[in-house]
Amino acid sequence: MHYTVGEPIQDAKAPEGPVEERWDKRRFAAKLVNPANKRKLRVIVIGTGLAGGSAAATLGELGYQVTSFCYQDSPRRAHSIAAQGGINAAKNYRGDGDSIYRLFYDTVKGGDFRSRESNVYRLAQVSVNIIDQAVAQGVPFAREYGGLLDTRSFGGAQVSRTFYARGQTGQQLLLGAYQALERQIAAGTVTMHTRHEMLDVIVSGGRARGVVVRDMVTGEIETHLADAVVLASGGYGNVFFLSTNAKGCNTTAIWRAHRRGAYFGNPCYTQIHPTCIPVSGEYQSKLTLMSESLRNDGRVWVPKTKGDSRPAHEIPEVERDYYLERIYPSFGNLVPRDIASRAAKNVCDEGRGVGPGGLGVYLDFADAIRRLGRDAVEKKYGNLFEMYERITGENPYEQPMRIYPAVHYTMGGLWVDYDLQSTVPGLFVIGEANFSDHGANRLGASALMQGLADGYFVLPTTVGDYLAGAGDFGDIAQEDIEEAVGQVQDKIDRLLSVQGDRTADSFHRELGKIMWDYCGMERSEESLRKALELIPELKKEFWARVKVSGVNEELNQALERAGRVADFFELAELMCLDALHRTESCGGHFRAESQTEEGEALRDDDAFAYVAAWEWNPDGTPVLHKETLEYEYVKMTQRSYK
Amino acid sequence: MSTMNLTLRVWRQKGPEDKGRMVTYKVVDVSPDMSFLEMLDVLNDRLIVEGDEPIAFDHDCREGICGMCGMVINGVPHGEQRATTTCQLHMRHFNDGDTITIEPWRAAAFPVVKDLVVDRTSFDRIIQAGGFISVPAGSAPDAHSLPVQKDAADAAFDAATCIGCGACVAACPNGSASLFTAAKITHLGLLPQGQPERDSRAKAMVEQMDAEGFGGCTNTGECTAVCPKGIPLSTIARMNRDYLSAK
Amino acid sequence: MAVTGAVMVLFLVGHVLGNLKMFSGPQAFNDYAEWLRTVGEPAVPRRTVLTLVEVVLAAAVILHMWSAISLARRANKARPVKYAAKRKNQASGYATHTMRFGGLIIVLFLVWHLLDLTFAVVNPAGPAGLPYDRMVQGFALERWWVTVFYALSVIMLGLHLRHGLWSAFQTLGVGNARARQGLSAGAAVFSLLLVAGFLAVPFAVMIGVLK
Ligand SMILES: Cc1cc2nc3c(=O)[nH]c(=O)nc-3n(C[C@H](O)[C@H](O)[C@H](O)COP(=O)(O)OP(=O)(O)OC[C@H]3O[C@@H](n4cnc5c(N)ncnc54)[C@H](O)[C@@H]3O)c2cc1C
Ligand code: HEM
Ligand code: HEM
Ligand code: SF4
Ligand code: F3S
Ligand code: FES
Repeated sequence: MHYTVGEPIQDAKAPEGPVEERWDKRRFAAKLVNPANKRKLRVIVIGTGLAGGSAAATLGELGYQVTSFCYQDSPRRAHSIAAQGGINAAKNYRGDGDSIYRLFYDTVKGGDFRSRESNVYRLAQVSVNIIDQAVAQGVPFAREYGGLLDTRSFGGAQVSRTFYARGQTGQQLLLGAYQALERQIAAGTVTMHTRHEMLDVIVSGGRARGVVVRDMVTGEIETHLADAVVLASGGYGNVFFLSTNAKGCNTTAIWRAHRRGAYFGNPCYTQIHPTCIPVSGEYQSKLTLMSESLRNDGRVWVPKTKGDSRPAHEIPEVERDYYLERIYPSFGNLVPRDIASRAAKNVCDEGRGVGPGGLGVYLDFADAIRRLGRDAVEKKYGNLFEMYERITGENPYEQPMRIYPAVHYTMGGLWVDYDLQSTVPGLFVIGEANFSDHGANRLGASALMQGLADGYFVLPTTVGDYLAGAGDFGDIAQEDIEEAVGQVQDKIDRLLSVQGDRTADSFHRELGKIMWDYCGMERSEESLRKALELIPELKKEFWARVKVSGVNEELNQALERAGRVADFFELAELMCLDALHRTESCGGHFRAESQTEEGEALRDDDAFAYVAAWEWNPDGTPVLHKETLEYEYVKMTQRSYK
Repeated sequence: MSTMNLTLRVWRQKGPEDKGRMVTYKVVDVSPDMSFLEMLDVLNDRLIVEGDEPIAFDHDCREGICGMCGMVINGVPHGEQRATTTCQLHMRHFNDGDTITIEPWRAAAFPVVKDLVVDRTSFDRIIQAGGFISVPAGSAPDAHSLPVQKDAADAAFDAATCIGCGACVAACPNGSASLFTAAKITHLGLLPQGQPERDSRAKAMVEQMDAEGFGGCTNTGECTAVCPKGIPLSTIARMNRDYLSAK
Repeated sequence: MAVTGAVMVLFLVGHVLGNLKMFSGPQAFNDYAEWLRTVGEPAVPRRTVLTLVEVVLAAAVILHMWSAISLARRANKARPVKYAAKRKNQASGYATHTMRFGGLIIVLFLVWHLLDLTFAVVNPAGPAGLPYDRMVQGFALERWWVTVFYALSVIMLGLHLRHGLWSAFQTLGVGNARARQGLSAGAAVFSLLLVAGFLAVPFAVMIGVLK
């Protein structure tokens, strides 16, 4: 697969000046819409996760006419509900030296210098308001005996800035946003369409003016028109088939937008989470994350010798290799996700893995139980232990957990400017669906923060600025609507007409395996070229052999899946191409060819300190636009967690 | 552990208008490590290839948190395993040769959409009636300006863990949504932030629940027994009290 | 439900205490029965208070039945399609599932009971007999089936109250979660005492302690 290099892009929207003042400046410069006009302006929001739910609720509160969509039966079920660990905020309630600046610094560094300083600084600033907002909504964060909010340190941070609600932080935050959303639905400012899947964007006169959706119950193809469209459709980790994402997570919304002109930023940046329950068999439909907080008290180890098949308790202390503590003495079991994941892969590749297929390492709580007592451990992690036991049938109080890395989060996504607007005017992208704030690696507990920052605080300002000019947008051309509907209809007809002999899931599984093997934790020129050979072949086979039973005019889950898999194929190719072109290693993107002598990721700042924004090209050769990244505040250094 | 062969009796219903019926399927070589939904995935893959329509069922997270999955398994919502969602139910709890009956949630306020999929938007409307605290974004005071007693915070959390799955309704002999409604009323009613709207919330939500066509509660406790999150019955007492005092 | 139930419970408490007067001998019991009819005299005519009690009681029974029926009908409407698999009860306590059936038995019992001991049409002592004699003859050993029927009904009533009382607290939202656990135990003890109290008299008669 080839590509060409196009014009560089720059994000002109971030104001100049000291980084601390940029967001204030931008807010002040943003044009306001008068309340009477707001009622006439329509905004479509795709997705009801933390990003979309909070955005729709807030836009509704502001008085816009909002139409919101999700594919589940209720907005409360968006995948954000599954987030366990917590949400970061620079509140410094602990007085342990945290500050907005430090959160900013940690995030830029954690992202391995592949994110924008302006955006990250704003994120750290707004983080403070998120906690206030959530608490006021009744989100039951963990509290201390004094009645004040409790925090913990999380995912490699050296300060305690993560707010949490047991192991269900995402659920509680999402329910807060969902309740705010339902309140607006009752007030009539938001119209909700559940069980509707967005299948295309309507672009007219160079602006995003609506969407084409399928009513998943009746199969009806509907069009909805608006003055601005917001995509908050989440991440695309399910391109790997097995991931910690919910089964329905897909790339369709953003991929369709990409095909309509929105650039795709850094598609290859994928985060692999180190603590997931290993695969148990071929039928496996998804992977389950065990919260990273477990690494606070659990110790990771494997046997020192290859092929040691004794049960864990028979392996004496001296024959165990606590490899994270050994290699990274100062961070130990708390090294960032990418490092912990790769280290696990390495020991398993050496043949020292444990459990079925040797694909697992131990996460051992014996020490913690000895030190804190079983009750204390149960109090902290009880629900996670229970979940583990339910899935594996093993009791983690008695034998160590087995964990293995799994695809978890995608830092890449549609390219957006400082205003969260894509390259298609009027098309905004928020939450995990955009590429914006995490660079090449996301820190734990920062995705919830970003989704809510975007939805509650950033987008409502910037969309307003855009909509202030809505009078001049012009009419929506009928042929643009028809063209989009035609494309959607056409794809559905094609899927239904193949009538082959394999299910969409079986193709998806195979695609996922290719991605995991060749574009997973470690990538090389050779593996990526191989993937770029295999994917188009499989895609061709898909279109020749896929079997979709039933018809369009009904609830048809086979059809839904087939449509999503078709888009994953196209995305997978772009991911591999992006990974291939970026010959450096950075964050979650590890190129075998670019590593230090100790096997750590080696960046190449001279050649790659840019965002890769890919433009869709119908002829099959994507165009690469580079946005150069500059660091005025955080000096670029090689990450080291030794 | 060796694999199992099972007989499934599954409710099939083409759409809301269809009468629906039980259909029997055999599934072979079921691994005990499979989840219940993975077992159905395997069956569905086979049905699709054979040109049949797969059994429609709702699911998303498959981690027991989104509340989307749910079917009545051998007469018990989410199956007999306690405190478990269908997606977290594993086949190791069944035996080789078992016959398993699978039905959708049955309630007038949860009409069947297709097969095992039901429409639970009535729950959303109950929340719309008052299951929130009214704070527009950006208007909140500093989070530490309002300490909350740990006990209250913990109890509120227990109620807040409801995943909105609807198993309580499916299990209740009266088809009542009391546990779901009470969980939200309790969560918000226990927090200081929730006080200003406490009475009006309880009144509006209970009235909406009745208007949706759910049955009345006679305190039989089936709901809490099947609730995957173990929402306690005391929430219902609290709802009743708030409701009575709101009049 | 809770309110009407409570009215009936109050009556039952009085009733069982009254019944226990049987153990104080014929005189005491007959006086008590007489007192029931004359209480309040001469301020109000004979039987005023008793009639009032009867009216309230009748209203309570009717309202209670009416609510029970409308709840049942609502439940039926809330689940028009039944489950194919036999529902397995997950909650403990069979009492919770016998409320409707139990209530019906109790009402049937009431009909018999009124015919027997109040109007005494089916009582061997006849309408003219003294209350004490009606009891003694009514529960005589050769009429063991009457006693058995009473016993079964009263046990049913106990079960009904065991759940009903706790349920009433729940419905009225009394107390907090911990207190309500105590209430549940209290309801059980109360029901047990009540059943024992009611059964004491017929059995005492049957085995000849009272004659
Ligand atoms: C298991 C797990 C644990 C995590 N834990 C943490 C944590 O502790 N801390 C943290 O910060 N982050 C965590 N994350 C990451 C974080 O949860 C997500 O990145 C974040 O919630 C994404 O939110 P979102 O609003 O962007 O998208 P989502 O919550 O994924 O919402 C997507 C929405 O888009 C809708 N949608 C998607 N496609 C379409 C379509 N085609 N048509 C219509 N609607 C569509 C869906 O219905 C849904 O409503 C975790 C992630 C996982 C998987
Ligand atoms: C036709 C006869 C009866 C029927 C059908 C009946 C039915 C019921 C039912 C279904 C309930 C549960 C309602 C709920 O918990 O909300 C109930 C509760 C109750 N019943 Fe009865 N019952 C009958 C007679 C009686 C009698 C004779 C008494 C007492 C002497 C009684 C006392 C109670 C009490 C105290 C409750 C609890 C009220 C509550 O929970 O709100 N019932 N009854
Ligand atoms: C087994 C124990 C019982 C005995 C021995 C008993 C005895 C009596 C007697 C002797 C009377 C007549 C009193 C009079 O007219 O002077 C009476 C009346 C009555 N009993 Fe009972 N009873 C018993 C149980 C019950 C129960 C369980 C109930 C209710 C569920 C009940 C309800 C009534 C009622 C409603 C009356 C009529 C009161 C009136 O007319 O004012 N009894 N009982
Ligand atoms: S109360 Fe329990 S059973 Fe009912 S919806 Fe909530 S989680 Fe499900
Ligand atoms: S099962 Fe039904 S009767 Fe009440 S206690 Fe639960 S809602
Ligand atoms: S699929 Fe989410 S709870 Fe079961």
